[in-house]
Amino acid sequence: MMHIGNLPFIVAMLLVILGLYALLFKRNLIKMVIGVSLVETGVNLFLVTLGYRAEGIAPIYTHAPTAVSQVLPTPQALTLTSIVIGLATTALLLSFAVLVYRHYGTLDVTKIKELRG
Amino acid sequence: MNALTTHAPILIIATPLLGAFAAPLIGKLGWTVRTAFAGAIAALTGCFAGLLAATLYTGGGAPIVYVLGGRLPLPSGLAAPIRIMLEVDGLSAFMALITALVAVVAVLYSVSYWKERSGGALYDSLLFLLIAGVFGLVLTGDMFNFFVFLEITSVAACGLIGFRTWRKRSSEAAFKVMALYTLSGLFVLLAVGLLYGQYGGLNIAYLATNLGGTMVDRVALALLIAGLAMKAGAVPMHMWAPEAYGEAPAPVSMVLVANSQASLYALFRVLFTLYGQSLSAAAVGWILIVLALLTIFVGVTMALVQKDLKRLIAFGAVSQIGYMLLAVGVGFAVLATRPDFGLTAITGGIFHMINDVACIGLLFLAAGAAIRASGSRDLHSMGGLAHSLKGTTVLFAVGAFALAGVPPFNGFASKLLIYESTFQLSPVLAVIAVLASIVLLAVFVRAFQAVFLGPRLIARPEPVPWPMVASMVVLAAVVIGFGLFPGFFIDKIVTPAANALWSGQGDYIRAVMGG
Amino acid sequence: MNGIDTGFGVWNPIAWTLLFAGALVIAWVFRVLGRSDYKRGSEQTKAFLSGNEEPEPEKLHVRGDHLYWGLVDGLAGYYRRIRAVHTGVLSDYVAWFVGVLGVVLIILALVR
Repeated sequence: MMHIGNLPFIVAMLLVILGLYALLFKRNLIKMVIGVSLVETGVNLFLVTLGYRAEGIAPIYTHAPTAVSQVLPTPQALTLTSIVIGLATTALLLSFAVLVYRHYGTLDVTKIKELRG
Repeated sequence: MNALTTHAPILIIATPLLGAFAAPLIGKLGWTVRTAFAGAIAALTGCFAGLLAATLYTGGGAPIVYVLGGRLPLPSGLAAPIRIMLEVDGLSAFMALITALVAVVAVLYSVSYWKERSGGALYDSLLFLLIAGVFGLVLTGDMFNFFVFLEITSVAACGLIGFRTWRKRSSEAAFKVMALYTLSGLFVLLAVGLLYGQYGGLNIAYLATNLGGTMVDRVALALLIAGLAMKAGAVPMHMWAPEAYGEAPAPVSMVLVANSQASLYALFRVLFTLYGQSLSAAAVGWILIVLALLTIFVGVTMALVQKDLKRLIAFGAVSQIGYMLLAVGVGFAVLATRPDFGLTAITGGIFHMINDVACIGLLFLAAGAAIRASGSRDLHSMGGLAHSLKGTTVLFAVGAFALAGVPPFNGFASKLLIYESTFQLSPVLAVIAVLASIVLLAVFVRAFQAVFLGPRLIARPEPVPWPMVASMVVLAAVVIGFGLFPGFFIDKIVTPAANALWSGQGDYIRAVMGG
Repeated sequence: MNGIDTGFGVWNPIAWTLLFAGALVIAWVFRVLGRSDYKRGSEQTKAFLSGNEEPEPEKLHVRGDHLYWGLVDGLAGYYRRIRAVHTGVLSDYVAWFVGVLGVVLIILALVR
């Protein structure tokens, strides 16, 4: 019997797999960037789920009573950092996609292959 | 111990980071100020790296731990290593020296590489960001910061690959490389998350004491191996490498090689320090060996048929990654029984890192000078550059011979160690490695003949400015110095690095965890 | 100090360089002892191509991309396949990456 708490992990892995699917089978560069972004969202969801504690409070109190459990703070810090990094990489990828479109006149990944062999 | 020595590990990262963010501002003050500033930052970073290495070697090679924002244990008395920390052992110091060499040479070369003087401040900014990221990769003692630095290098590297936005192929290469780098970074992050979820910590030393070889550990290891080997450029995940090295400006190609080596370093760190013998080292070692043989073989054979000078050298660079992977893979495969040749193999592999970055760097820089002078990078239309670029010709020849492992240059010394140690695990490995070196010599004879020999096909090549020649001479001095005195350098800087992998896991853990 | 001991053999670059320099000196001596009736710029330096006129050096030059034509042609089957693998399409690169990840994952899961 699967515990309901495992659901976020399954959703996270589904997102990663969806992202990989987009990278492997979509031909439009923008859709591939969306794929990268989906993988990233999946990993972020995975990270933030790791820190979840049932009925925990936000980890922002210095003198919280020890009786209540707090959500783990580290995964939240990791996820925040990862989101910021993800923003930078997505922006950079999209700007390269714009440049590629200007030079090649297409966003079809199978036609952007001057560098081969 | 004075303050400078104590804070050297963070200063190495902070100085180029400051350079990266100040460069666009300083650039407003004109070309002279900007160049002087870049030179000062590079020199300062190099000094800090030298200082750190000297501290480590005089201290007997014991790992140096630098804790950011406080001390260990925490004020509350909790000794758990939850702070961000840098940990420097023999291998980290060795990699920091390589990066410092590359940084200084790249900045010196870049002074006169660009024909137009505008936009150079942004280039400086990205270059320093990349250098700061590589330093961070090799110095950090924490898996999450490792991911952060990995992404910093990815963003900066791809910014530099696509820097010449007016070139069609640069944009193509930058997009592809960025997508792959990001994906590999996310796989690493997923692995970090898997490890954190099990053990509740991110510190490498802390994780190493707790790893038990569970199935989740194995999944994390697979993600780390694939992600880091991809970023190092191991066949069959190497296709981005010739594009990245080939389309980036010449000095950046050299820094990218150092970046790939930093990923390789991370792979070795994960295998030897993080996982150690908590799982079947022989199986993992053989995975590396198979990847390495493919890398060596495909790299040299593809280099033989390239028509673009930089792409040819880039495939040569891919094949050299295979030698390091082969040597250290052999070392890891025999970790359980620990025969003498395992340490020899690792020594050869580590020694080959600095030799490779010097030779390949020299080749990329000389090729960059030849391409800049002739305005062409097609092997068919270049030719006869030796008539006018005599210095560059000699330097290219030195780099080519050294990379192919011709005595008495440095490539021979490290390759000899690799041949004679891998031979003792299986003769087939050594045979393939030697054959590939011979083909590599053929590859560079072809490149040399095409670019420098023959009648003057390029009517009036531009002369090479002195900073570019000087930076190549620095690398050539490393090539010849390490070639003539290999025993000295192995003794001083390579042995501590090899020992850090071979037998340093305990010391690395004790430096943080105590006991 | 200079040399390295691999546990299997030794390598001393200084000794090697001295020997190599000695060999160069010997070769130089032979060259000096060569024919004295050789004159630069005369008919003697011209190539003999079955009595044909010698073409201009620009036309005679074997360009770099033609070097090793025979070797590459001999391995044509290998090169056709390996170059076909380097498609230049990003999706294929990702496929190789994910494929290697899968193989490594299976090996690590199976081998204890």
